[in-house]
Amino acid sequence: MHPTPSQTVGPFYGYALPFPGGGEIAPAGHPDAITVHGHVYDGAGAPIPDALLEFWQPGDGRAGRPGSLRRDPATGGFAGRDGVTFTGFGRIATDADGHWAIRTLPPSGAPYLSVCVFARGLLHHLFTRAYLDPDATDPLLAGLAPERRATLRTDREGPRTHRFDIRLQGPEETVFLDFR
Amino acid sequence: MTLPTQHDISQEIAQLVATDTATSGTAHHPDRGYAPYRSSLLRHPRQPLVAVGDPDAAELRGPVFGTTDVTELDADLTRGHTGEPLGERITVTGRVLDRGGRPVCGQLVEVWQANASGRYAHQRDQHPAPLDPHFTGAGRCLTDDQGRYAFTTIKPGAYPWRNHHNAWRPAHIHFSLFGTAFTQRLVTQMYFPGDPLFPYDPILQSVTSSAARACLVATYDHDLTVPEWSLGYRWDIVLDGPTATWTEEDH
Ligand SMILES: [Fe+3]
Repeated sequence: MHPTPSQTVGPFYGYALPFPGGGEIAPAGHPDAITVHGHVYDGAGAPIPDALLEFWQPGDGRAGRPGSLRRDPATGGFAGRDGVTFTGFGRIATDADGHWAIRTLPPSGAPYLSVCVFARGLLHHLFTRAYLDPDATDPLLAGLAPERRATLRTDREGPRTHRFDIRLQGPEETVFLDFR
Repeated sequence: MTLPTQHDISQEIAQLVATDTATSGTAHHPDRGYAPYRSSLLRHPRQPLVAVGDPDAAELRGPVFGTTDVTELDADLTRGHTGEPLGERITVTGRVLDRGGRPVCGQLVEVWQANASGRYAHQRDQHPAPLDPHFTGAGRCLTDDQGRYAFTTIKPGAYPWRNHHNAWRPAHIHFSLFGTAFTQRLVTQMYFPGDPLFPYDPILQSVTSSAARACLVATYDHDLTVPEWSLGYRWDIVLDGPTATWTEEDH
């Protein structure tokens, strides 16, 4: 069957897709929690204020858990995450400065966070990966030229803080992925 | 800066139309660098995508959602306010399938849309059409055991945007879908049959194959129309992308 074509997320998803705590993948106060943050930039180096990022990070069992965007059955409003379960899924919109931040746990089962990028102006989402361990290697990284490989590695800004900028276009364009 | 005219944009669209014989599987999706949609110019990669052939790739499995992630009211966009929204009440339903034609069950479907006047309940929407205090325009549901989804809403209006002079979007509902793998993720838009704005819209026309564009247009279905209540539209969705259970029969 022919796949349904992609269309841009557009500029007005803000009241539908983001949810409170969407970037707080790790429960608050978890001793292993790390912060990953960065900007999304366009081909002119300008920050993109209307991008939406999703993170997918299965655990050792390679499975996720429901409950990322729990609803309150009484009010229909957001109940939020349950504060305990690691669901592996995060969603965060960039702010007016093109910045985003998530709180999560170091990946297990795979050495990277899977990232999906949506934006106004982007007709079809893009996949990339954020490798947090500077020594991580795998066939994907091994097949890339060093300067391109560097776009998939986070910069460690502190013991528990990583920076990961995403450039949709330009000389330091992020490596984006195709799955077959 | 003067905006291009509709004539300029329509000429660019005409130059980029695919010949129908060129329609292969991957050509179904728009080219990310589609110049008539001006916002795409600086927001698409110029380097080719890098193929990942890893059968253990994390992306071959995907997020899981459950009944606590939605409530039963979420699929009815006409409720949850103090009164009834203005506009033409509609039901939109269909099935979510994978490329092998198998139903995608228990997965999250999210929708958002403008109100009947073509205005989004979003602060940055400056279209001078009225907001509706009884309509926000966001909903979600999980597909059932046959892959079916269903929403009750109102028909959205067309709205202007500033891609070019006199640019208007045909009426559409935005859809966000999850499959069983992150690689099946899809964000798209559903259009209504017979809309006269189709040929003028660079976002719809970014899908350059007419057969593929047809996949984005719902069908009016009188059997789904509810007497004295709502008009029915049917729209099926086929998710692309491999999964961990992808088999040889899919090609
Ligand atoms: Fe829209």
